[in-house]
Parts: sequence; C-alpha cells; structure tokens
Amino acid sequence: MTDDSNAAPESTIETAIRENDPALITYITAGDPSLEDTKRYVEALDRGGADLIELGLPFSEPVAEGATIQAAINRALDAGTTPEGFFELVDDLETEAPLLVMTYYNMILQYGSEPDVRPFVERAAEAGLSGIIVPDLPAEEADPLREACDDHGLDLVFIVAPTTEGERLETIMSQVSGFAYVQARLGTTGARADVSTATHESLERLSEYDVPKAVGFGVSEGDHAAEIIEAGADGVIVGSALIDIVADSDDPEADLEAKAEELKRGAVRGAESLTVDAEDTPEPEQP
Amino acid sequence: MSTSDPEHNRERDSEATFGDYGGQYVPEALMPALQELEDAYERYVLENEDGFMDEFRERMRDFGGRPTPLQRADRLSERYDREIYLKREDLVHGGAHKLNNALGQVLLAKYMGKERIIAETGAGQHGTATAMAAAHLDMPCEIYMGRTDVNRQRPNVYRMRMNGAEVNPVEAGSGTLKEAINETFRDWATTVETTHYVIGSVVGPHPFPKLVRDFQAVIGREAREQIREKAGHLPDSVVACAGGGSNTMGTFHEFVSDEDVDLYAVEAGGSSLEIDAEEGLAPNSATLSTGTDGVLHGAMTKLLQSEEGQIMESHSVSAGLDYAGVGPELSYLAETGRVTPVSVDDEAALNGFHRLSRLEGIIPALESSHALGYLEESHDELGDLVVVNVSGRGDKDLETVLEETEKRDLEAAPDVEVFDG
Repeated sequence: MTDDSNAAPESTIETAIRENDPALITYITAGDPSLEDTKRYVEALDRGGADLIELGLPFSEPVAEGATIQAAINRALDAGTTPEGFFELVDDLETEAPLLVMTYYNMILQYGSEPDVRPFVERAAEAGLSGIIVPDLPAEEADPLREACDDHGLDLVFIVAPTTEGERLETIMSQVSGFAYVQARLGTTGARADVSTATHESLERLSEYDVPKAVGFGVSEGDHAAEIIEAGADGVIVGSALIDIVADSDDPEADLEAKAEELKRGAVRGAESLTVDAEDTPEPEQP
Repeated sequence: MSTSDPEHNRERDSEATFGDYGGQYVPEALMPALQELEDAYERYVLENEDGFMDEFRERMRDFGGRPTPLQRADRLSERYDREIYLKREDLVHGGAHKLNNALGQVLLAKYMGKERIIAETGAGQHGTATAMAAAHLDMPCEIYMGRTDVNRQRPNVYRMRMNGAEVNPVEAGSGTLKEAINETFRDWATTVETTHYVIGSVVGPHPFPKLVRDFQAVIGREAREQIREKAGHLPDSVVACAGGGSNTMGTFHEFVSDEDVDLYAVEAGGSSLEIDAEEGLAPNSATLSTGTDGVLHGAMTKLLQSEEGQIMESHSVSAGLDYAGVGPELSYLAETGRVTPVSVDDEAALNGFHRLSRLEGIIPALESSHALGYLEESHDELGDLVVVNVSGRGDKDLETVLEETEKRDLEAAPDVEVFDG
C-alpha cells in the first residue's frame, strides 16, 4: 500500500522537474476568458519555457484563492466553463510540458453520476493530464483520490504549508507524488512584491527530504524565481502574475511567453549563482 | 474493494465524521490549527480542564441570561388542540441562541491563548453575538459580512460596531453568507497562528460541528428538563428551524437518544423547491430536503449544487436560513431517519411570524417563524405534546416583514398600511 518514504515512484511530473531543474511551473485558470483563449495561452507558456503547466478547473467557492485568481475563476464560470469542456481542451492540447489540473474536491467528486472520485481521474488520465492538485484536500482525506490516481498513473500533488511541521510534515513528505508544493507564505494565492522569510524557513525545513520542491504563493518576478531557487527549491510556481496578463494585456500570448521566459531566466540565474557560491557562502550562524 | 466509495476514507477517524458526513476538507495550512482546536475541545469542553465549562456556564447565566424559559403557549395550544411549549431562545442576550456558541468559542480562544477573533455573518446575528462576546471578554474582533447582507441588515452592522468589532463587507459573488464564510477562511489561512475563527453554525471542518453543537446543546438540555417538570413526561415531538443547523442541533442533541421523541428540522422552502439548474439558482434553502452529497466549507454534507458541483445561490426570506449547505451531523441524522427534514415556504413563515406576534405577544425571528409555520401546517402529525424552539426574536426582521407582507395577501397579517402613518 504505502511506498517507502522518500522513494516516490517514477512520474512524468517528477521527471519533468528533475530534468529541467530549476523548473518553471505556471498556472492559469481554464476558461478565462474562454477555453479557446486558454488553449492559445497554454501554448504560449509552453513556448516560453514552462516545464509544467497547471490548469485551474473553476469551482464556485475557491477558498484558497486570493482576489486575482478568484476573479479569473468568476470570468471562467461566467463564460460557461464546464468540466467536460475543460477535458476537451486538454484533449486538444499538445504541449511539451506535462499538464496538471488544479481544482477543488467537490468538482472531482461530482464528475460522475454520483459522488465518487474515480470517473474524474479516469477522464483526466484519458485526456493526458499527468497530475492533480486539490487545495482543499489535506492528506488525511486523500486516500480515495490517491488510490484512484495511483491506479491511473497520475500524481496527486500535496501542498506543504508554513504551518506544516513535525509528524504532519513527515506524513506528507512520505507521500510526495510528483513534487512537494511548498506554500511560500500563509494566506491565499496572489502576486507579492517580495519573497517571504517563510519560504526560506520552509525550504530549510524540507532540505533533508530528497524530493523535488517547488515554491508557489506570491511568486511574480524573475528575481523572486532566482531567490527561491537559490534558497534550495527545484522549481517555482507562478499563477496570479500570469492571470494579471490574461486580464489586462493587449497581447496576452506574447506577454505570457515573455513572462515565462523572464521567470525561467530568473530561475536559471538562481541555479547558477548556487553552483558558483556553493562552497563560498558562509552559513549564517547564531552567536 | 470499496475504493470507489467516496466514504471509504471515513474510517480513518470516526471522531471526525458522522457516518459518511463531516471530515476536514480544508487547505493544508489550516490543518495544524484544527488539530490544536481539537485538542482544546477535548481538554476544555469535554473534560472541563481549568474549569472552562464552569466559567462558560457562569458567564452564560450572568451575561447571557440563561436558563431561558420553556413557556406554554396558551393560545396556540388552544388553536391546535394540543399542548404547545415554546423554548424561548429569543430571550438570550442579543436576542437569539447565537450567543451560546459565540461566547463559548471566544472564551475557548482565550483559553487557547489566541489574540484575535474573526467570524462570518449572514443576517448579522452571529456577527452581533460574536462582537458582544468579544467585547465582554476583551478580544479584538473582525466580522466578514457579504455586501448584500450589509445593505439589508444595517442595524446589525451598527450593533457590531457599537461593540467595537470591525465589519468587513465582502463584495464577491452574491454578497451573502457563503461568500462571507469563504472570506473568513481566507483571513484565517493568513492569520491562523494568532487568530481563532468563531464559525457560526454546526458547519465547517471537524471539530467545529461538534464544538458548536456542544455549546448549543444547552437549549435541549434545559428544554428536556423543563418539559418533564411542566408536563410530567417527554414531548411527542420537537420542532426547530434549520439553516446551517446550530439551533436545530442545539435543540435536538439531548433528545436524539429518546427514540420516542420525533425531531423535525424545518427548512426554508423559499418561493419554490424547484431548482433552476440553468441559472444555478435554488429559490430555497431546503438543503436536507432537496440537496445532494458533496464537499463545501470543509465538510462532506448535503448541498444545493449543480450536477457539475458548482454551489448554487440559495434563497430564503429569512437571511439566517439562506445557505446552500447544512451541518454534517444533520445530514447524517436525516439520512438515518432520526431527524425528519421538512420545509415551509416564505409565505408560511411570514404567517407564522404574524401569528405568534398576535396570539402570544412574541415577535419571533423569521428563521424561527419557519418552525411556527410548520406547526400550523402539520400540527396533526406532531402528537399531543410539542416543543418548538423560538431560536430568536424578530425585531431585526420588522422591515423585511413589512415589505414582504405588503406584497402578499397573508391570512395572519395585520393591516400593514397603518404602519406608515
């Protein structure tokens, strides 16, 4: 039943991160402002260097989301985005980067004719998705979905929060599938002007675990990406900053591609300075 | 072999669930806080550590005005030709049962060493109760309230501010309870280390449904003792309105093991029980009667939702019942048949409001008026001795009632034109 801790099985997602380390993971909401647009945006992100692409399947009560993604979800729902439409979009997509779906648990439960996680997972696998992230599904409630994902070769990605410590951290790290989604700070998603100290603390806490770690929540610029990679992450996750482009840009495709390039460059810069500094950087010590 | 069964993982911790319902479907960041709360619930509430429950009861007596009376309703008893007793939760400080829970949780937060209180509110009853409790216990307090509710419940907004609470309007969605809960969860996800979220009903992730129920269970505990004293035996039925279900569970909990006592949860039938799937609208809040299983606000429970899993906008003339979910324990008790979910429409509730005001001199909350509406419609099925919970008083609803009464031809209503001059 349970795998040996830290010996996560081979997965498309884990491979994508390890081979492209430092990896860029991007999020946009499917159907914002339409599924046709989303298709073009995903392709732009893929061209821009995204190594993994998360697609949000909109749910009416997105409690983990800040204002930017909430607004994107509302636009997608107003445009009539449905789970089936979402899967058809994924059917059509041919990207180099593997795709993940990010959605809330009720959307997964209700996909079939009665509450059950399996029909969703089956359809996700058929559409070619590589993994699932569910912001309102802690490890304690995840058994049914994890089993269904295992059966279909999908990763179920768990979030590690700044408040995740001790036994809970052990439990979650022993179940890492794909990568550990390191939540950079308490609160909701949304672009921020800086990289939080919580990010550094979290990465420090996780440094002993040999699993790919990607940091999200608040990452919006190439410099953030550099700093996060330098702090020990294997990837950065960017969402709200891309949604801002979707919402405001006159040429979202070009701007998304450019933004992905900027973020990827930042990440690579962080990785390079890490190799250069690896042996010179003095560890800050308590007096 | 039951991996396709969504309830399969329920076995992991029966403490967190009621049969198939309940659980903890929340962002990871909140899980440690729920564990901390679970621990505090066990120590302080269940085991009375440091005399917590003694202090709670004392404060509910001196500050809250407990116990509340169980009153024989003379005119209603005559009208329905059976014994009708009213549990007078409208007489709790603040005008509703809401203080039972709010004071309990704010006090618990204090014992836990939390520094700040947040809460959601729909009609403003839970918000005002929390603001009162926070002022009473000297805790900073912020309340999230949907924009629509802020606009239609002005007096409650002022009451909260008078007690020193900050009121944050929530602009998202339809601007009602559901959005207010979402936003309070978001605040909590940011401030969880120092802040306690005083959830207003028997909803949300474990341990909230049990915690809130236990603070509210005083209603039924008193009523059970009082009815035995006054009538010499247990009632044939107990009737309470149900939105999220805090007064319902509070009233029922003590009676659940009395198998001869029928328990009726009266939901808001709104204008119709039909659902407009196209528009994503349910013109009612009758979740137990018409909902389907799903996950909202941290718990597996019955919901008003579309086939795809989007939560619907609900409706009721009573803002306090206007919610697309319901407490998981009520879903469980309804599923097992122990509680009978029923509903009455807006009009029956309005008539119930006027009838109690005229016949008994008690102006009930529109929420409680649903229970009274059901009594009028179905008293024949309720046996000879009936207890009805009057969960709150209706002063807050006068404007809504006048407005809604003018639109209709209500048999129990007075001539509302005289209210103009």
